[in-house]
Amino acid sequence: MKSGKYLAAALLLASISSVGLSGVAYGETTAPDAVKFVDDEVSKSLTGAAGNVESGRKVFANRKQGNCLACHANKDLASQPFHGEVGPPLDGVADRYEAAALRAILVNSKIALNEDTIMPSFYRLKNGVRTADKFVGKTVLSAEQVEDVLAYLQTLKDE
Amino acid sequence: MKIGLKTISALACTLCVSVAVGGSAYAGPDDSSLIIEGQNIATDVKAPEGSAFDQLYSGWRFRATETQSLQEDDFENPAFVAVDQAIEEFHNVDGSAGKSCADCHSDVSDFKDVRASLPRWNAKTNKPETLENIINECRTERMGAKAWKWESTQMLGMTALVGLQSRGSAVNVQTDGPMAEWFERGKKLYYTRVGQLDMSCAHCHENNFGTMIRADHLSQGQVNGFPVYRLKWQGLGSIHRRFKGCMDNIRAKPYKRGSDEFIALELYVASRGAGLSVETPSVRN
Repeated sequence: MKSGKYLAAALLLASISSVGLSGVAYGETTAPDAVKFVDDEVSKSLTGAAGNVESGRKVFANRKQGNCLACHANKDLASQPFHGEVGPPLDGVADRYEAAALRAILVNSKIALNEDTIMPSFYRLKNGVRTADKFVGKTVLSAEQVEDVLAYLQTLKDE
Repeated sequence: MKIGLKTISALACTLCVSVAVGGSAYAGPDDSSLIIEGQNIATDVKAPEGSAFDQLYSGWRFRATETQSLQEDDFENPAFVAVDQAIEEFHNVDGSAGKSCADCHSDVSDFKDVRASLPRWNAKTNKPETLENIINECRTERMGAKAWKWESTQMLGMTALVGLQSRGSAVNVQTDGPMAEWFERGKKLYYTRVGQLDMSCAHCHENNFGTMIRADHLSQGQVNGFPVYRLKWQGLGSIHRRFKGCMDNIRAKPYKRGSDEFIALELYVASRGAGLSVETPSVRN
């Protein structure tokens, strides 16, 4: 898989003292346009802090927020009906991806996965054409929500 | 693993019935065959050369058995309430010319096969015309009547009735000559990512048909059965209404019904179903 890439990224990151200049309008939070991708990964927390697992689990399932179940099955949420099949199941996803890689996929799947992916980019301002007025200039999820979902995803391990 | 919850009667059911938990396998189109009133309806055909698909499948093949069965019998098909009303409307005098549809078109079956080749080129307006356009042209030009709104009860009923006359005929739209430019325009729209969720038609209906997106079984997005009676709508809806629904879901600003963009897209999507039988009026969930 991408383990070689992870190693390279880790070595590269170790040699850089500070990654990502803080976005001006977002205070301590990194603005969508200021997220730094290094080797298709985002190592720095978008909020500067770790996310909340329980909140992330809710955002993951909420149809108006992450709506991740639309495309991904997840045994941890078996109580929720209708898990999609468009993307891979997320059981054990934390065993397959490092946090920095998962964060990158959440922020901008077109960079982290491939430019043709169906997966939305959850923390990017420039999306498809004719975005509906009420979503213009907005990201699908907030920085905090991305970090919360990431924290939750990191709990999805195969025992 | 899949658990079927087939408890609710299909008419009352506005949700899909299968619950997928824990990553079920590709569910694909099923292998049912559709016969209505003794007529064979081709719900899959080999894709023509240059198609994005190997095999074309009607959306009927992706629906639950209960929903499918509603379309197998015209007495069960809830769209036929509107068809019956349209038969009355067909004989109803309207407009300054004092005419009904039946005054010029003595038998509605004169429209056999028309729906199969729509949209078609209209040399007078110098653009493609849909069934809605054709009906409204009759109303305004020949009957001296007011045009019907795209999604009005009368228009939906009349497009269902006229479309029904082509049921079983193979979809065959012109894409060359003056239509070529509109075909290309529709194709471009089909592959353009739209909305905050950043998807094109192709992401769901070409690359992922057959899989479940939450409770919906993704089809190829064929339009051979429109206007469709959709259980979710509890009524008939046009092709352009369905396009709008998709764009709303992707958080995009939809084009207007009857717009050049949606007419071009209708042409392109219709061409992707070449060879499938017209199913108008179909039933979906």
